Amino acid sequence: MRTADVITNATRNAFRSKLRTTLTVLSLFVGAFTLTLTTALGAGVNDYVTKQVATISTGDVLIVTPAASTDTTEGPDAYDPDGRQQSAQANPLGAGTLLNDDDLDAMRDMDGVDRVEPVRQIAVDWVAPSGGADDERYELDVNPTSSIGRSDLVAGDQLDQEADEAQIVLPEDYLDALGFADAESAIGEKVELGYTDAAQADQAIEAEVVGVARTSLLAAGAGVNQSLTDTIAEAQAIPGQPDAYVVAVATLAGTGDDGAVTASDVDDVKAQLADADLAGQTVEDQLGVIQTVINGIIGVLSAFSVIALLAASFGIVNTLLMSVQERTREIGLMKAMGMSNGKVFSLFSLEAVVIGFLGSAIGALAAIGLGSAISTALSAGPLADLPGLTILLFDPVNVVVVILVIMLVAFLSGVLPARRAARQDPIDSLRYE
Amino acid sequence: MTTSPAPGAPPVLSAQALTKTYGSGQSRFEALRGVSLDVRRGESLAIVGKSGSGKSTLMHLLALLDRPTAGAVEIDGEDAASAPVKRINRLRNERFGFVFQQFFLTAQQSVLENVTLPLLVAGVAPRERTHRGMAVLESLGLADKAKNKANDLSGGQKQRVVIARALINEPDVIFADEPTGNLDTATGGQVEDLLFGLQRERGITLVVVTHDDDLAARCDRRVTIADGLIVEGAGR
Ligand SMILES: Nc1ncnc2c1ncn2[C@@H]1O[C@H](COP(=O)(O)OP(=O)(O)OP(=O)(O)O)[C@@H](O)[C@H]1O
Ligand SMILES: [Mg+2]
Repeated sequence: MRTADVITNATRNAFRSKLRTTLTVLSLFVGAFTLTLTTALGAGVNDYVTKQVATISTGDVLIVTPAASTDTTEGPDAYDPDGRQQSAQANPLGAGTLLNDDDLDAMRDMDGVDRVEPVRQIAVDWVAPSGGADDERYELDVNPTSSIGRSDLVAGDQLDQEADEAQIVLPEDYLDALGFADAESAIGEKVELGYTDAAQADQAIEAEVVGVARTSLLAAGAGVNQSLTDTIAEAQAIPGQPDAYVVAVATLAGTGDDGAVTASDVDDVKAQLADADLAGQTVEDQLGVIQTVINGIIGVLSAFSVIALLAASFGIVNTLLMSVQERTREIGLMKAMGMSNGKVFSLFSLEAVVIGFLGSAIGALAAIGLGSAISTALSAGPLADLPGLTILLFDPVNVVVVILVIMLVAFLSGVLPARRAARQDPIDSLRYE
Repeated sequence: MTTSPAPGAPPVLSAQALTKTYGSGQSRFEALRGVSLDVRRGESLAIVGKSGSGKSTLMHLLALLDRPTAGAVEIDGEDAASAPVKRINRLRNERFGFVFQQFFLTAQQSVLENVTLPLLVAGVAPRERTHRGMAVLESLGLADKAKNKANDLSGGQKQRVVIARALINEPDVIFADEPTGNLDTATGGQVEDLLFGLQRERGITLVVVTHDDDLAARCDRRVTIADGLIVEGAGR
């Protein structure tokens, strides 16, 4: 039997019992549909996070926190008056222990570290156009980690962390409120920031708008440069309280071309930090954690569709066993006429593959159709604040892989019935009533 | 293909001391108990006997559809047991034609598809399959039924379709198990005429299993089987 004939016959045989085949295809459809959607969700979210990392990360900073305690001695630790302070509140960025000035100095002395700045929480009460009236003041959140990375800019430049002047990167949605016609016209203008100092006195400071940033999942609020942060942080520091920081940011000096920071530079500094009982993470490391969590969730969702597929595969086994049973005489006849066991096997396993292809292709197409509609609706509605996020990203490679995997599952389900058919004794089949 | 057997040429089929045992223990049953038989090229041989005597079993063994418990079958003097499966499959596909005790037509497929099944198995291209299928249906007066579902034919038409299927690969030997068993006398007669005509015109060897005395009488030779043994006309 020719291969082309095997394929056409397997396809025709799959449609001999239309209702039965349709039901089996339907059960595969469910699995293919959900699997396509979950992989698209994973691809969409991961793609977004990766893009964000690419726009935000400068690649040359390490976020440094005290190393998590690895103390294995029993009982409480002896008090060390020069040791690190414990934080009074839990905080999500670092461990319970805080960094002190000795730690910062130690980091500054490390090879390959250019600058070290502690991340200080500052509270800004309002922002207003330069010289604006009281009713032109708007609340403003400052992103404490704006010194770590770049902003996803609409216009202007990144913050200059080494500049002496106060600089700010405004979120895009403040433009209207602050009276700027568009992003370009805001660049170089001054805005006024108001804050409350340690003595509860109202203070104001002018800052130059150097950039306008897109809202992003990872960097909410305005970005301010080190000079501005220092000014406000010092004014807000409670007098007499020792300096202690949750996180510090180490900017690395690269050894690569044009001073680029290479992976080995990062590893070097990480090793030195580890020796000093500190832990350094790049932005990518931190986002890697996020991605691991996302992948975990996607994995659980996919597991459900795999369960659906498993159920469907039993459906295929059942369908084909019935098909083999019904065609016992036909199989016997073909074998009597010299058809080899191998060809009988391929005839039936291919029938399974055809069913698998139908179910997976229709399921994937339906998922793409419905998913694209949902994705568009979400981007226009609830997710409009996250430009660049396509929640369901249908990567052709992923879709093809899903279809191929389901066809493989179908083939494997077809092995048992096909083997039964191939091993049938022609005489027994011909005597079969 | 109207070659008369060359003197001294080995018989097309030769069975030596065939035994076939079904089951084991209590249900053990000896369907054949030592059958030796030669089938000469171009002859028509009738295998007769009572129901359950082992006629179909013998035919299946001769047609290499089954393997004997003991004994040997030779094709053109060559032992079949030692031949690889692939060769046996090809042999059945290219040199044998089958008419089984039941029609074994695939009901939902067209007459043409049923008839060309051996060519499909052989791997013949679709165009040639259709061409040869139509030719053979033409010669059996069934050309106008080619597109019909096999299920929609009368009994006699079905039997002719089955014979067309047995003929399509231009076999050397046709095995026919009760070819007229399901038919009335008139149609049965037509089918017989058809088979014997082919045997005469094309030199096809005919092995017919029957319990119909008239049919057996039209054959060149007959062997009678009773309880798994040849009781008359082994011819060797
Ligand atoms: N697979 C099998 N298992 C057990 N017994 C079998 C099997 N096949 C055939 N037999 C037995 O072998 C004997 C011979 O069967 P066979 O089909 O050769 O008879 P037959 O001569 O063709 O009869 P009929 O004229 O009714 O077709 C019968 O008694 C049958 O019951
Ligand atoms: Mg019989």
